[in-house]
Amino acid sequence: MHLIVVGLSHKTAPVEIRERLAVPESRLGEALTRLCSYSGVKEGILLSTCNRVEVYSVVDDVETGYGRIQEFLADTHLSLSSEQLTPHLYWHTGDRAIGHLFRVAASLDSMIIGESQILGQLKGAFEVALAHKTTGVIMNKVVKKAISVAKRVRTETKIAEMAVSVSYAAVELAKKIFSDLHEKTVLLVGAGEMAKLAARHLIAHGVKHVRITTRTPQHAVDLASKFGGTAVPFDQFKDDMASADIVLVSTGAAHYLVGAEDVHRAVEERMNRPMFLIDISVPRNIDPAVRHVDNAFLFDIDDLTQRVEQNRAERVQEAEKAERMVLEEVTTMLDWMKSLEVTPTIVALRSHVDDLKRAEVDKVLARLPHLSPQDRELVEGLASSIVNKLIHRTMVTLKAEVNSSNGPAFVEAARRFFSLDQHASPVQQIEPYVESSRYHAEGSAESSAEDPVSEASVRKRAC
Amino acid sequence: MAAVCFMVTMVLYFVATMSFLAYLLRRSEALSNVSLAITAAGFISHTVALVIRMVEVSSTVPPSFSDALSFFSWMIILVFVLVEFRHRIHVLGSFMVPLALVSLVSSAALPETVPTLQPVFKTLWFHVTLSMLGTVGFTVAFVAGVMYLIQDRLLKSKQFNVLYSKLPALDFLDHLNQQSIVLGFPLLTLGIVTGAISAEFARGSYVSWNPEQIWALVTWVFYFVVLLGRLTVGWRAKRAAYLTVIGFACVILTLVGVVLKET
Repeated sequence: MHLIVVGLSHKTAPVEIRERLAVPESRLGEALTRLCSYSGVKEGILLSTCNRVEVYSVVDDVETGYGRIQEFLADTHLSLSSEQLTPHLYWHTGDRAIGHLFRVAASLDSMIIGESQILGQLKGAFEVALAHKTTGVIMNKVVKKAISVAKRVRTETKIAEMAVSVSYAAVELAKKIFSDLHEKTVLLVGAGEMAKLAARHLIAHGVKHVRITTRTPQHAVDLASKFGGTAVPFDQFKDDMASADIVLVSTGAAHYLVGAEDVHRAVEERMNRPMFLIDISVPRNIDPAVRHVDNAFLFDIDDLTQRVEQNRAERVQEAEKAERMVLEEVTTMLDWMKSLEVTPTIVALRSHVDDLKRAEVDKVLARLPHLSPQDRELVEGLASSIVNKLIHRTMVTLKAEVNSSNGPAFVEAARRFFSLDQHASPVQQIEPYVESSRYHAEGSAESSAEDPVSEASVRKRAC
Repeated sequence: MAAVCFMVTMVLYFVATMSFLAYLLRRSEALSNVSLAITAAGFISHTVALVIRMVEVSSTVPPSFSDALSFFSWMIILVFVLVEFRHRIHVLGSFMVPLALVSLVSSAALPETVPTLQPVFKTLWFHVTLSMLGTVGFTVAFVAGVMYLIQDRLLKSKQFNVLYSKLPALDFLDHLNQQSIVLGFPLLTLGIVTGAISAEFARGSYVSWNPEQIWALVTWVFYFVVLLGRLTVGWRAKRAAYLTVIGFACVILTLVGVVLKET
């Protein structure tokens, strides 16, 4: 049994290839069933997102497995041939396959390191595989471990803590001014994409009241209904500023729309309650002199970008910590896989020699009907003792070599010496399906992403 | 025995201070629990020390100014622990524990002979406790004010450093500032009133206009104006932060006035 992964990601393939290979959720089950119908493919999971298409599989033979899965991938889309795919694919087995899965789950391989969506996507893929019974002992264990590694990385490093998008950085800054965004009001001046995204982030973080103004009154009304807010006439928005805790400006105007005087007046009217102003427009729409107004905090696009750059750099640092964690976890996983291979061998060996012994003893006893019960017992004992002595060293050696690099070789040798593969009964596919519901509960208990409308999710909508 | 406990407390507060300062300057959150644990240990030994001392001198009122400072330090930690429990703002420890340490060290530096009160007041423990609790309230307001001014400066200058990430939101600090004064002011008022009443009983006059009393009165008026300003004309945020820092200077002057008078 070997765990392998074959796939491509944003690092190896352009979007033209990725989008053709992506399997829609509705067809995932069918694809999995097809995958497991290939000979030698024992278990399989298909992870298909905008940024990657990967097949994780447990196969009998690594090389054949690679070939089968590449074939499978090429077959998912009529216009793709196996040769076309080859330059974009990566193949991993053993520790590298496990490591790859762990890194993917922990979002170390993502386009935006630390984004939270991939974990949910992996859980989704796993659930579909469970529902179609295309996973077994090995896959279940490895994927569950991957999920727990991802959670560990999330809690023990700060990889997902910091905003890495300009629109989200606005939320992060807002939270340093207002501890609770729930009763706050945001005033949206103009409707640039980035400002709308930032507004959406703010609403997701609790902001209740949204006021919107644009040069075209109808546009403001449309947006207001979309955000569940109120439209404000454009020529009156400066008078309205005092009621806003957060002012988000992004218009196409070529001059300053908001001057220091306006802000000063608003702050005074607010009895010095702090005001958070974000200017995402280029050229800027808020006079930089606002910086000198007490209790008003102005951030322009450069400030937000600077914050994002810092956070990105920090995420990369945290990612190094996470990589070390992944390495640790891969080692424990490998140990488990190796022991898994030895245990059925020992069981098979034991039952094989017991069968042999039983047959021989029965044959002899049939020819010696005159023996007393004590003598029969003695004969049986003799046979048992010889058999046990014969296989004793083999058993001990197998157990001792479990974790050595020669482990698989010893198992292989034992299987051939005792011709176990002709006798062995199938040992896989025993995990009951009940797992799914338990796993599900576990998944839903985990708090979801820190940034509910992350750039990743925006990207997802785009895909 | 009490001396040993005080020594232990001082060492623990010192270690906690160092640990809290390191916490402030490092990204990791790991140190916060360690610092809290050390502070808690210090607080327990401090409590034991105070009880032993109380039994030794058989008085519920700190008999000397040195004892009063030690009691003050104990109350700072008590309030910190309470606020920490309520809001989980570990970074508060980086400011309050050092203050408690300074207070305790000054207590140790002062001779025990400087009395806080005339012997006749010995039963009036509530005058001392109330005034001190009021002062602790102003201390918390001061700490919140300092934290506010730092965070304000960092936000204005766009320095998103470790300190920025550790300090809480501005409006939380402003709220903490307000709450501490709202709680501290009535306590100090009661402390002053009970003090005046007991003075009337002891000396036949409510006030004797010594520097200590004058400064206490100045402090009281100052915080009264600060509180009134906040409620009526919006003296909040940065201005409130500045005012509480100045107010705390008044408090310190009062204490220094007492010490100078008595030595």
